[in-house]
Amino acid sequence: MFPFTYTKAADTRAAVAAGQRGGRFIAGGTTLVDLMRETVERPDTVVDISGLPLGEITTTRSGGVRIGALVRMSDAAADRRVRNTFPVISQALELSASAQLRNMATIGGNIMQRTRCTYFRDVSAACNKRAPGSGCAALEGFNRSHAILGGSSQCVATHPSDVAVAFAALEASVHLLGPDGERGVPFTEFLLRPGNTPEREHALRPGELITAVEIPAHPRPLRSGYLKVRDRQSYEFALTSAAVALHLGGGVVRAAKVAAGGVGTVPWKLTAVEQRLLGERPSDRLWTAAAAVAADDAEPLAHNEFKVELLKRTVERQLRVVGGTR
Amino acid sequence: MTRQPNRQPQKAVGTPQSRVDGRLKVTGQATYAADHDVTGVAYGVMVDATVGRGRITGVDTRAALDQPGVRAVLHHGNAPRLPYVDNPGSNNPPGERLRVFQDDRVRFFGQPVAVVVADTLEAAQHAASLVTVTYAAEPPSTDLTTAPADEPQRYARGDAEAAWAAAPVKLDLAFRFSRNHHNPMEPHATIARWEGDTLTLWDKTQWVVGGTQQELASVFGIPQQSVRVISPFVGGAFGSGLRAWPHVTVAALAARVTGRPVKLVLSRRQLYFGTGHRPAYTYALKLGSDRRGRLAASIQDIRAETSSYETFTEAVMGPGHMMYRTPNVRQAYATVPLDVNTPIWMRGPGYATGAHVVECAMDELAHELGVDPIELRLRNEPETDESSGLPFSSRRLRECLATGAREFGWHRRNPAPRSTRDGDWLVGTGMAAAVYDFGRAPAQAHARINADGTALVQAATSDMGPGTYTSMPQVAADALGLTMTTVEFRLGDSLMPPTPPHGGSMTMASVGSAVQDACDKVRRQAITLAVNDARSPLHRVNPDDVVVRDGRMHVKNDPTRGETYRQLLGRNQRDHLEVIGSWGPPEQSRYSMHAFGAVFTEVAVDDRLGLVRVRRMLGVYDAGRIINPKLADSQALGGMVGGIGQALLEHTVTDARDGRIVNANLADYLVPVNADIPDLRAIYLDGGNDQNADPIGVKGLGEVVIVGVAAAITNAVFHATGRRIRELPITAEALL
Repeated sequence: MFPFTYTKAADTRAAVAAGQRGGRFIAGGTTLVDLMRETVERPDTVVDISGLPLGEITTTRSGGVRIGALVRMSDAAADRRVRNTFPVISQALELSASAQLRNMATIGGNIMQRTRCTYFRDVSAACNKRAPGSGCAALEGFNRSHAILGGSSQCVATHPSDVAVAFAALEASVHLLGPDGERGVPFTEFLLRPGNTPEREHALRPGELITAVEIPAHPRPLRSGYLKVRDRQSYEFALTSAAVALHLGGGVVRAAKVAAGGVGTVPWKLTAVEQRLLGERPSDRLWTAAAAVAADDAEPLAHNEFKVELLKRTVERQLRVVGGTR
Repeated sequence: MTRQPNRQPQKAVGTPQSRVDGRLKVTGQATYAADHDVTGVAYGVMVDATVGRGRITGVDTRAALDQPGVRAVLHHGNAPRLPYVDNPGSNNPPGERLRVFQDDRVRFFGQPVAVVVADTLEAAQHAASLVTVTYAAEPPSTDLTTAPADEPQRYARGDAEAAWAAAPVKLDLAFRFSRNHHNPMEPHATIARWEGDTLTLWDKTQWVVGGTQQELASVFGIPQQSVRVISPFVGGAFGSGLRAWPHVTVAALAARVTGRPVKLVLSRRQLYFGTGHRPAYTYALKLGSDRRGRLAASIQDIRAETSSYETFTEAVMGPGHMMYRTPNVRQAYATVPLDVNTPIWMRGPGYATGAHVVECAMDELAHELGVDPIELRLRNEPETDESSGLPFSSRRLRECLATGAREFGWHRRNPAPRSTRDGDWLVGTGMAAAVYDFGRAPAQAHARINADGTALVQAATSDMGPGTYTSMPQVAADALGLTMTTVEFRLGDSLMPPTPPHGGSMTMASVGSAVQDACDKVRRQAITLAVNDARSPLHRVNPDDVVVRDGRMHVKNDPTRGETYRQLLGRNQRDHLEVIGSWGPPEQSRYSMHAFGAVFTEVAVDDRLGLVRVRRMLGVYDAGRIINPKLADSQALGGMVGGIGQALLEHTVTDARDGRIVNANLADYLVPVNADIPDLRAIYLDGGNDQNADPIGVKGLGEVVIVGVAAAITNAVFHATGRRIRELPITAEALL
């Protein structure tokens, strides 16, 4: 670990100021400390924001839910409003990491967590994300866990978060506080695809601090759930995952919110699947037909070809689990 | 010839005792290698090669040495030359061992190329990341299937080619096994301290005497007695501690150069590069039988990875030539030198691989013939070990199969594949037999009866988890006629009587028999003292008529006539009585000795997602006498968990371009977690006591319990899905 200065932010304004000076925010520390130990991250200054008043979950006037950036994963998952309104969020959280990690890690930190690409995490390997211009060892290397969607010739690393997949599906927005005040960014625009700048992972401007994630109101009743497919039953990142939320009315799908994880360089909103579902009567055939387009833009690599089919089946399964029939 | 000591009542052996060191372990008081508090210790952190093969062209240590608290950076350019005297009788495989910092050659990715020594761990870690090593890299050889192989070991009986050609039923199968890593909880660690030319090592090891002590003495060219190794606790090893790896030398070298004791703890990542692994294999099998399933021919071509500098082999050929009656067998086992670290034994060494092939093939043959897999095995039970011509010391495989079938409910199964569905899950059952060629080797133990009537027994063995600390006092207590609580057993110090490696399922048989011998002898010594003592109530009693119970010697048929050890020693003003006992197997064995078992499992496979989940598992074992059923369960269930890992999860991935292990961490190298482990159950056959094997009648349990687990799962996956998977681990992509 490289030496660094530790400071504790007294309030959000001070945190933003420290961030502007290059300070790296730390809350639960479950990602950053690991990466610092591996010398992947070498911040000069670490700004502890865990004392800031960003730990509330509130219901918005329109009927959405606002989860403060410092709410622990375990607390968000257990929250009655989250659990009742958006089970997909609770499920995604509870299928993440381990109980110990969920008790430490925060919602803001979760969406900011960095890829599990082993070449990124190994400082002796080429990685454009870690060391721009050094190349991408994963493209021609072992890439079973890598993205089939949203990659570039510079980077094919997946975004590892589960709850971010639920947020993307539900069209959440990220609330930010910066030197110029507050702003909101749609979740699907917050995390960036690698393109030619894989080191740029998010839309944060210098000093900006995530204050909350807001999930807008959706038509009710909204059924939702999260399916995570992985080699072992717990404590592993997703091979594929699907966040599905459906509003049925009059015997047809009135609203469909679907995103996939484990397959994209960012949580992957499956707009084509959603479109295919709207106005249709739930049936196993519909789920299959809608899921069939889930991987249309996929560009698989040497070791993750199987994810193309697995993604379709994952989406199909979760559409059925949430939407019923069979 | 010593007289056969009279038989003591067996009160402790066979009872389910809890670990005597359990409290120390769960309260954090057990001192593992890195836990020893050594005054003045400095910290060593190794720098590892980042190319898979080549030469070091430069080592820039300036930035590291500029760091406060850094004492030294050692590498091939400045490290003292070491004698590296040969060490015959060690576990070093044939070849030339890796000589740390002795030349500029890089033989595998992750090889130690430098060590930083600093006053604090943090300073050493940071400085290690500042050492810049440059290389002239060469493309490493990493492909087991294409790299040239060594001349194979061969075994043959009959004419396998002709018999296979003539066989009415033929199978031609190719299996692949990924490399596996042991991944014990405790990382390998060493603290090294020199006092003059005497070296003390606190080390994680499964063999204090022959492993660390002898190896470090030969590396440094000093007498064996000049090295003391202390290793009272080992936090799991599964074989990785069976030899002294280069980091032990690095610690000792760093201590020598800096004049400070040096503590060196490997990182989890370093464990993947520096402490061996179960080698990757390809294993091709041709099996021929008649229409009733009686085996006629077996032809096996085996390839296994080894390093470029040492030739590691293991007993992978065993199951393929001894398990079932087969008149014609031909085997070729070739090692393939690759640019990797040298492999080492891992739980169920050789057998976990070889028996997997045999047991999967038997299942395939059973299906081919429409015969029940258990029945097929019964039809091929051999009378003797056909590979040696020797009778089995005991072979109760039939009973294992019968008991397992009954307890598992095997015969309720519909043998047709894909015949059972539970929602999205296809459900299947599978079984496999298990076998392990357990080791036995000369061992010694020291037993002492104290004046207060307690006893202390010592041997330089190890307890990496099986419960040596607990099982040895059980044997000792019965032999001494004491209760377990009055017997203390100490281990893990090279000053204690020597023992064989703590591996290969040989500790209980070998050290246990030595413990029994020592305790029998010291008990006899006490009895002899008593019957020759005119003041003793036992004066002039025939020693053979005296037994000891709860520390009191008495006439067997007259319990009122006797006295305690304490009374005897007190009256005779003896501080203690002591004896060194020993046991060793005969040079020429009259028996083929194996532990056997049968594993049954039920799995569910998600029909669409390709996920395999084990639902229940039963193992039935013929392991001789069970000293402690509670510890045995820990062993058996742990072995099953390891087998589930081997079957479904464990896979060390190497990047062929540079030999880098891509998943050198516990997030990416998957071992089972609690959620993966269902209802597991182990049964030990009644009346086990193999007196042909060793005086205490045990056959060793720790290895056989992982054997066959992966095969049972693989066979169950076939039963569930109709898909034969011949590559481990079984992945989702193989089943989509």
